[in-house]
Amino acid sequence: MQALTNRSRAVSRKPLTFMESLYLPAILKGMLITFSHIFKKNPTVRYPEEKRPFSPVFRGLHVLNRDEEGRENCTACGLCAVACPAEAITMEGAERMEGEEHLYREEKYAAKYEINMLRCIFCGLCEEACPKDAIYLSETFAPANFTRKGFIYGKEELLIPHPIEEPEAFAKAKGLNKEA
Amino acid sequence: MSEQPLLTVTIDNITLQVPAGTTILQAARKIGGEVAPPAMCYYSKLKESGGKCRTCLVEVSKGSEKDPRPLPKLVASCRTTVMDGMEVKNITSPRVLDARAGVVEFLLINHPLDCPICDQAGECHLQDLSYEHGKEGTRYEFQRRTFKKHDLGPYIQLHMTRCILCYRCVYTADQLTARREHGVLDRGDHAEIATHIEKSLENNFIGNVIDVCPVGALTDKTFRFKNRVWFLKPLNAHRDCPDCCGKVTLWNRGDEVYRVTARKDEWGEVESLEDGSAAWICNTCRFDKKKTSDWVIEGPRDINRHSVISQGHYAGKIGTTTPTEIFTAVHDGRQPKLLMDIHSVSEVNRPEIELSRIAGPSHSNDFQKGNE
Repeated sequence: MQALTNRSRAVSRKPLTFMESLYLPAILKGMLITFSHIFKKNPTVRYPEEKRPFSPVFRGLHVLNRDEEGRENCTACGLCAVACPAEAITMEGAERMEGEEHLYREEKYAAKYEINMLRCIFCGLCEEACPKDAIYLSETFAPANFTRKGFIYGKEELLIPHPIEEPEAFAKAKGLNKEA
Repeated sequence: MSEQPLLTVTIDNITLQVPAGTTILQAARKIGGEVAPPAMCYYSKLKESGGKCRTCLVEVSKGSEKDPRPLPKLVASCRTTVMDGMEVKNITSPRVLDARAGVVEFLLINHPLDCPICDQAGECHLQDLSYEHGKEGTRYEFQRRTFKKHDLGPYIQLHMTRCILCYRCVYTADQLTARREHGVLDRGDHAEIATHIEKSLENNFIGNVIDVCPVGALTDKTFRFKNRVWFLKPLNAHRDCPDCCGKVTLWNRGDEVYRVTARKDEWGEVESLEDGSAAWICNTCRFDKKKTSDWVIEGPRDINRHSVISQGHYAGKIGTTTPTEIFTAVHDGRQPKLLMDIHSVSEVNRPEIELSRIAGPSHSNDFQKGNE
């Protein structure tokens, strides 16, 4: 029969030599490797006191973006929800009334916007689908919670801070003061 | 009188026989698929429509059997009748594809491209056309034309910036209603669909202008901004209507009827009834019957699987029957333990707010209800 790969080797069935049957040299060799790690650098990261840096392409919790005047970018076009493979995103659109121009950038906006973080698989397709620069995956992850309720993120949790009312928090959310 | 002889016509190397007086577009639609040229203004159910948008341009490489010279220019296939022995090139002609890309660019010159807001997105012919035949990007650097907002009453929303002036709605009003009250005012770049001195359109069949509009210029105000078409499930339904045929498509979410439209065929036109007439529907059916109990549901509608609307996977019996619950039967009558009632957490789809019953688009005050 032809072998499937050229990597297969016949099993050696030779009887053990005297040195091998003692076992002790092999045990000592293994112990030497084990104890040598005492003198090496400890790789443990003591989370949460110590955090590893996120890569810039890390896909964590979503944020809903605002423009420089603090108006919401999202127009509830539904492209993120239709792109979502886990069907985690739901929304309800509404028409902007007179006097709400400072709140929403366009005529239509998302009155309700929810992401179920239990369903979300953090694939980032919503971010790719968004035509309005409105949804981004940030460099944080969803904190653990004892109840399922805590994982339904509404607009209050998702929207980034207002750039004029809370400039510092906005800069932090946007990652603007990272270099400083 | 002898029977009319059939004419032989070859479109994209496919030969078929059609009766005299058939246009190239109608002949190509008999073949179907990609051979049929796209049409933005031609509407087979409206007399005299067509010849305006130029998207259906084709090349005639052989005029007829008697005069085999090719026609010098590309011709609008919706207005050109076939001749015996005619040879037509549609997608096999690079000239046609190039001209069509140019036409799409012209149609999009003043188009605002606000698809994320537009209610037509997902079933828009201009979207399909620019996807299939257009070029990426725009070369237009000037201000796009804007219009003063024009109110057409409580049912129909006009977005003049999206209009491509196909005149379909004008013919609809002419041919379906007793009296046409809207039309195209002004000329050239200023031409706009409007009523003369703010008037609302209230004729009983005027709602059909929403269905014939190939873009999002005329949309249903009772559905405005409420949902995207691809989140709704299209169901065939009918009712006994004294005014119209009563055969419609319901666009449901759960049991809520979000929108009622006429049934549309593969060309995006209103379907024909058994007697050959078009299945136009009246305003009562379209705007006022927004309860599932008003309708007899026939079943889910077949949607082309390439359409974004089919992504909801509402196929088979989904949405028309409830599955039989077997949990209690196999667990000695024990009810399943609900780990989380989504309505106790979620702000979306709250049962006390029935979006489909709100007359116009919802506003921020509509969501206040139940918040106190």
